[in-house]
Order: sequence, then C-alpha cells, then structure tokens
Amino acid sequence: MDINITLFGQMIAFAMFIFVTMRYIWPPILKALDERQQRIAEGLQAAERSENELKLSQKHIADQLREAKHQAAEIIDHANQRAVRIVEEGKDTAQKEGQRLLEMAQNDIEQERLSARDALIRELSEITIQGVEKILQKNVDHATHSRLVDQLIAEIPGA
Amino acid sequence: MTEQHTITASEYIQHHLTNLQFNVKTMTFGEGGGFWTLNVDTFLISIALGLTVILLFRSVAKSMTSGVPGKLQNFIEVIFEFVDQQVKDTFHGRSILIAPLALTIFTWVFLMNLMDLIPVDVLPSTAGAVGIHHLRVVPTTDLTATFGMSITVFLLILFYSFKVKGLKGVFLEFFTKPFGIWFFPVNFIMRVVEELARPISLALRLFGNMFAGELIFVLIALLPWYMQWPLALPWALFHILIITLQAFIFMVLTIVYLSLACEDH
Repeated sequence: MDINITLFGQMIAFAMFIFVTMRYIWPPILKALDERQQRIAEGLQAAERSENELKLSQKHIADQLREAKHQAAEIIDHANQRAVRIVEEGKDTAQKEGQRLLEMAQNDIEQERLSARDALIRELSEITIQGVEKILQKNVDHATHSRLVDQLIAEIPGA
Repeated sequence: MTEQHTITASEYIQHHLTNLQFNVKTMTFGEGGGFWTLNVDTFLISIALGLTVILLFRSVAKSMTSGVPGKLQNFIEVIFEFVDQQVKDTFHGRSILIAPLALTIFTWVFLMNLMDLIPVDVLPSTAGAVGIHHLRVVPTTDLTATFGMSITVFLLILFYSFKVKGLKGVFLEFFTKPFGIWFFPVNFIMRVVEELARPISLALRLFGNMFAGELIFVLIALLPWYMQWPLALPWALFHILIITLQAFIFMVLTIVYLSLACEDH
C-alpha cells in the first residue's frame, strides 16, 4: 500500500500515453471531424441554394405558363375573329357570285328570248312574204324586202 | 472460494489486496523492497490497458474518413466528441495538450476501473494456477497508479501556470490573492494548501471509490454461493455507473485545474 517506484513507472507510462494521444491520435480524428463538419455545412448550404433555385424556377415556370395561356387565349380569339370574318366574307362572295350568275343567266335568257323573237319574226315575215308572193304572183325584191323586215323588227316595241 | 476453504476470511481479503511486488534492487519477487519495490501487477495491467486504448484509437485514427463513418469509427467519435465538448465547455484558451490529455485520462481510467467488473477470483486464480501468488487486478485500487496520474497532472498545472503567467505572475498570484498584499503569508499558505490539495484529492477520490468497490466485491465473494448472485449483480450494475463517473470526474477536474492555471482568477 505504500508509495514506491511504481509511482514513477505510472507517471512515465501516463506521460507517454498522453504524448502518443496528443501526437498520433487526436489530430487525425479532429481533422476528419472538422472536414466532415465543413462538408455537412457545405452540403446544407448547397441544399439551401438549390431550394432557392427551385423556388425561382418554379416561379419562372408559373410565369411562363401564365404567359403561354394568355398567348393561347389571344391566338384563339384572333382565330375566332378571323374565322367569323372569313365566313362573313365567304357569305358576301357567295351572295355576289350568286347575284352575278343570276344576272348572267337572266341576260342569257333575255338574249335567247330576243334572238328567238327575231328568228320568229324573220320566219314569219318569210312566210308572210311567200304568202304575199303567191297572192301577188310576182317576185318581190329581196333586198328591199329584207330592209323592210329589219325596219319592222326595229319598230317592234320591247326589243 | 470453494478451493480456498482452508484460509480464513481475513486472509482471503488480505490476499486480494496484496500486490505482486518486485524488488528492483535485488531483482527478486517478494516484499521488503521499500521504495525500490515495483507493483508488477498494477504496472503491467495499466500499461496493457493503456496500450489497448492507444492501439484502438490509433487504428481508427489511421483509417479515419470524413465521409460516412463505420461502426467502430462512430463509437470512437462519440467518445472523442464527448471529451472534446467537455474541454470546450470548460477551457476557453488554446492548447493542443489539454484535450488529448482529457481523452487519455478518461479512456485509461475507465478501462482500469472496468477491471473491477471482472469477477474477483477469475484473474488471481488463473495467475495462481501458473504460479503467480498475488495479483491485484484493478490498477486504480493501487495508490501508486492514482497518484502517478494526479502528480503528472499537478506537474502539468505548474508548467502551464509558469508558462502562461510567467514567474512574476505566479508569485504575484501566490502572495497577493485572495486577501491582498498585506496578508501575504496567509495568502501564500492558503495557496500552497490549495495547490497541494488538488493532486491529493484527485488521487484519493479515485482510489477510495475503486478500493471500496473492490472490497465490497471481495466481501460478497466470501458469502455462500446462493447469496452472491442477489448482491453481486446490483452492486456490479451500480458499479458500472461509479467507474464511468470516476473516470469522468478525474477528467473534468483535470480540465478545470488546467484551465484555472491558464487564466487569471
């Protein structure tokens, strides 16, 4: 139980253990822990940064989406207006075309009617002349006769 | 102690509290060497435990990674950060010595105390079987081991006091505090007592706790076998707390004393 040389042996051993711990054990562990601390800090920072970026881009996306929707609505509006206009124009054109065709047809009919009437008159006068010739027994001058017929046609009202 | 029934209870206790001693002068085993006696069991067991700590921590420190730690590294880191936190809480200066010192104290004292939980007869009986008649297993029940540490700590306190405050500062503090310059003899005596009380209380506290714990284990071992279980188990469980606590106290007090040595108060 008394104090003896063991005390110094213990002191030397203790001092050596302290030295080894101080020189070979503490620094590498501390270094690794510091490094990890730094890495974690950096990781957290990066996470925060990307969170912000995410928020920003989400906002950006929302903006763009809204813009796109707006544009789409505008385009649809335009298209609708244009469609209405085209339809209106189409209607107009069709009406005009119909009118034109109708008029053309009426003209044609009128023409036909006139030429038919002329032909009828000519034939009638031919027949009339032949009849008159038979009655008079005498040739009528054809040139005079034609002139007479033309005058007659011109005089007919409604030509 | 069935095979030792021929010896009395007090002989049994005596036997457990006797060191294996080696006379350094005559180079023979046995008592009577006076100062030149080496407590071989204390010395070798404590060094073996210290080397265990050193090798374990060194192996981890070498393969230390700042990435994802393994289980062993994690365990070492927990101890490391626990000690580091204690040092940071108490000591505010910069020193490369104090934290490693605290770690050494905590782990080494803990392991030496832990020897107390090995059943009291296992190692001495094993040693007896190979012809070693005395073996005191727990180094911290030996005053030389506890004083060996506390005196080393005391020397470090002195070293840091002189290093930080200088010769003049230390003398000024010794003579003028706490009562001022005119009471310098009182101041000086009080300071000397205070300084000397530190290593003595450090060593005796640890020694007393571990010695008492070991003694109670020995006493329980004297009881009939059916009484040993109900007593030894709670005491062992309680002792787990004590050995950790004593290691912790030794460490914290060392940090406190060193931080006091490094700053004016």
